[in-house]
Amino acid sequence: MISSNFIPAKIHIKEQPQTFKRFGAQWTPTLLVMTPDGVEAHRIEGFLPVDDLLAQLTLGLGKALFKQEKFADAEKRFRAVVQNFPTTEAAPEAAYWAGVSAYKATNDAGKLKETHEFLSKKFPSSEWARKAMVWAG
Amino acid sequence: MVALAISWLKDADQALQAAKNQQKAALLDFSAAPL
Repeated sequence: MISSNFIPAKIHIKEQPQTFKRFGAQWTPTLLVMTPDGVEAHRIEGFLPVDDLLAQLTLGLGKALFKQEKFADAEKRFRAVVQNFPTTEAAPEAAYWAGVSAYKATNDAGKLKETHEFLSKKFPSSEWARKAMVWAG
Repeated sequence: MVALAISWLKDADQALQAAKNQQKAALLDFSAAPL
């Protein structure tokens, strides 16, 4: 998953403390997903079990595409998180951004209402469901 | 923290440049794991 989707680099605290400072990495592990233009799209701080990590990395890929305004591709990544890792913390956040991506791609406000309904049903206790309440219409 | 089979670069700028050239995302892993 990592090799096929990312150009990966590992920076060690003892070898490159200035690089830690430059990117604001204050704890290990910290993973940064960067867009092809070098903009930080997503930050993962602290150890995660495999499924949670894969979900976060996929979420990060979606955010990187979103930052590039590739909204349809971003939506696919976000929906993959919800489908493949539904029990992770990343899932409700991904559902939220999938809805935003769909809206940005189509300008159809109905996409936001659908997202509110989905989050209210599937992830009612998440902060992302609360953030989507404004879309109830 | 992730699979050992991955071929990691050791330079952030090198990774960012390769990401730009290949239009892929870069993943920077800041680690304190034993060298």
